[in-house]
Amino acid sequence: MKKIYTRPKSLKTTSFHYCPGCGHSVVHRLVAEVIDELNLQNKTIGIPPPGCSVFAYNYFDVDMAESAHGRGAAVATGIKRAFPEAIVFTYQGDGDLAGIGTAETIHAANRGENITTIFVNNAVYGMTGGQMAPTTLSGQKTTTTPYGRDVALEGYPIKMSEILALLEGAVYIERVAVNSPANIRKAKKAIRKAFQVQIDHLGFSMVEILSPCPTNWKMSPLESWQWIDKEMTKEFPLGVVKDRTGRADAD
Amino acid sequence: MNGNSAIGEAAIRAGCQCYFGYPITPQNELIEYMAAHLSRRKGCCFIQAESEISAINMVYGASLVGARAMTSSSSPGISLKQEGISYLAACELPAVIVNMSRGGPGLGSIVAAQSDYFQATRGGGHGDYRTIVLAPSSVQELADLTHKAFDLADKYKIPVILLGDGVLGQMMEPVEFKHEAPAELPVRGDALRGANGRPSKIVKTFTSNPAELEEINWSLFRRYSLIKKQETACETFLAEDAKLIVVAFGIAARIAKGAIKTVRSTGLKVGLLRPITLWPFPVEKVQELTRKVKHYLVFEMNMGQMIEDVQLALEGQGEVSFYGRPGGVIPTPSEVALVISRLYHQKGLK
Amino acid sequence: MKGFIEISRELCKGCELCVFFCPKGVLSLSDKLNASGYLPAALNDNGECTGCAVCALVCPEVAIEVYRG
Repeated sequence: MKKIYTRPKSLKTTSFHYCPGCGHSVVHRLVAEVIDELNLQNKTIGIPPPGCSVFAYNYFDVDMAESAHGRGAAVATGIKRAFPEAIVFTYQGDGDLAGIGTAETIHAANRGENITTIFVNNAVYGMTGGQMAPTTLSGQKTTTTPYGRDVALEGYPIKMSEILALLEGAVYIERVAVNSPANIRKAKKAIRKAFQVQIDHLGFSMVEILSPCPTNWKMSPLESWQWIDKEMTKEFPLGVVKDRTGRADAD
Repeated sequence: MNGNSAIGEAAIRAGCQCYFGYPITPQNELIEYMAAHLSRRKGCCFIQAESEISAINMVYGASLVGARAMTSSSSPGISLKQEGISYLAACELPAVIVNMSRGGPGLGSIVAAQSDYFQATRGGGHGDYRTIVLAPSSVQELADLTHKAFDLADKYKIPVILLGDGVLGQMMEPVEFKHEAPAELPVRGDALRGANGRPSKIVKTFTSNPAELEEINWSLFRRYSLIKKQETACETFLAEDAKLIVVAFGIAARIAKGAIKTVRSTGLKVGLLRPITLWPFPVEKVQELTRKVKHYLVFEMNMGQMIEDVQLALEGQGEVSFYGRPGGVIPTPSEVALVISRLYHQKGLK
Repeated sequence: MKGFIEISRELCKGCELCVFFCPKGVLSLSDKLNASGYLPAALNDNGECTGCAVCALVCPEVAIEVYRG
C-alpha cells in the first residue's frame, strides 16, 4: 500500500495547542498544504494575529512575524512593498480583521496590495474567553452579550467579504467553511486560489473561513461543526463573493 | 530649504527605502517631499497611509524585511504610533520616527512646542523600553541627525526618534548635505526574507513564559547601557567660565543662545548646555559641569519635562530654576534674556 | 481499494469528527486515555477501510496518515 496522505512539510510536527475540533487546526493544515503544493516555503512570510492563533508561528515552518492587534494588513503592506519577492499572508481572526483592523484591512484591499488574507471567522473572541465579536450572530449568547446579541444596541454581524468586494483593489474574495469534508475541500481550493492571485500579481485576495469554536460556543466538536451549517451560513453565505481573476479554480 | 524638506532629502540620501506617513500640520512638507522625491526612486516606496497607526505598522513590516523605513507626524499622531513603537523596540527593529512637535495636550495647536519630551524619552508606549531621541536645533542639524538616525537605528536595532518642532520644520536655512544617496538600497543582514537555505525564523515578543520575557527585558537594557556609553551627545556654549548655565534643547536652545549673547554683553557669565541626545541624556556632562557651576536654568517650551532629567543628573549638586512656556507660545530671545538676568541677580551671582 | 490508516495516539484529542465522517464507520474512540487525557480515535480491525482519507481531511490534529493500494 502506498502512503497517500501525510503531514505537509510546511507544518512543523508540534502538536497544536488549539481545542479539540477547533477550526484553526484545519485551516493551518490547509494553508501549509497549499504552501507546499505551490512551492512557496522558502519565500513565504506569515503574519499571525493576537488571539488563539498567536502561536501560529510555532506551527508554520516559514518565516513569521507577530503583528499588533488588527494591524496585519498594514504590516503585510510594509513587507510586500519593501520586498515584493516575498509571498505574504496575514492570518486574522474576526476581532482582528473586522473590529480593530477594519481600517487597515479596507485600505490595504483598496490599494490592491498584493497580499493574501486568511480570515478565520468564528463569531466570537476565542482567546480572551468568548466575548462578542463583530461577526457574532444576532441573539447569540457570548460573555459580553449574556442575554444574546441585541442588534439594536450592539449592531449587526459584519460581513467583511461583501464590504471588501466593493473595493476595486480587491480581486478575489470567497467565503468558505471548514466544517465538513466537502467544505474543507472547497476551502483548500479557495486558499490555493488566493495564493495564486498573489503569485500572479493580480491584487488583494481574501478567504473568509467560517470556523468552529467548540469551547466558546459551549458545544461538542461535532455540534459546533454542525452549528456552522445550521446557523452561521444563514448569516454568512458560502461561495465566491468576488472574482475578477478571469480564471476558473486553481485546480 | 525648509526644515521638513531637509529631513526628507537627508533620509533619501541615507538610503531610506520606504516612507509611510499621514498629513498633519506642521510636518506636511515632509510627506509631500517624500511623495515628490522618494516615490519614483527605483525600489522605493511611498504610501500616504490611512492613519498614523497604519503608517507605523507599515514601517514595522518594511523594517522586518530589512528596509530602511521612516514615518513622521506631529504630537497627536505620535501618540497614535506608541503601540507600534513599543513593538518595534520589543522586536529589536530599526526605524526612524520624526516628530515635529506642536502644542498639546489634545488637538492643541499647530505651532511649535516641546511638550513631547516625556513621551519621547520615557519609551512613550507600554512596557520597559527606550528609543534613542535626537534633538536638532537648526535645519542643518535636522539633515545631519536624520542621517545619523538611520545609522544608529541599524547599529543598535532600535527605533530612533527625531524630535523636532513646528518652527524648525518651517524654518528656511542653508543646508549642506554631506552624503550622496547610496547606489544600492541597503538591506539589513538579519532580516526576514523567507526561509531560503536556512531554518525559518520567528520575530515575536509575546511569550507565555514570564522568565523568558524578563530575559528579553534585561537584554534590551544591556543594549541601552551600551548606547548610553557610546552615543550620548551634547553641546556647550560659553560654559567654561559660566556661573549660571541654561539648559535647553531644540528650538529653545536657539532662542537661549541669542539670549545668552545678549546677557554676556552686559557682563553676566552665562553659558548653555544643549543636549543633542535627549535619550540618552548627557548625565556625565551635567555632573562634570557641577564641579564648577551650581546654578542652572532649565528653559523649555512646556510645563517642565527635561527639568526632571536635569534634576536627576544633578543629584542635588546644584540649584535648578525653570522657565517654561507651554502651549506653543514662543518666547523671544529678549524675554529669555530678561529671565536670565533676573535670576542671575536674584542668586547674587557675580 | 483497500486502505489502512495510522492514527497518532498522542496527537489525537478525541474530537470524534473522523468517527462521524468516516463513510465506512471503521473508526471509534479507544477506551485507553492518552498522555493528554483524551480518548483517541482508533481504526477497527474489520478490514473495511478503503483509504478514502476523509478522516485525514477532517482531522484537525493532522494525526492521521493514510495508506491505499
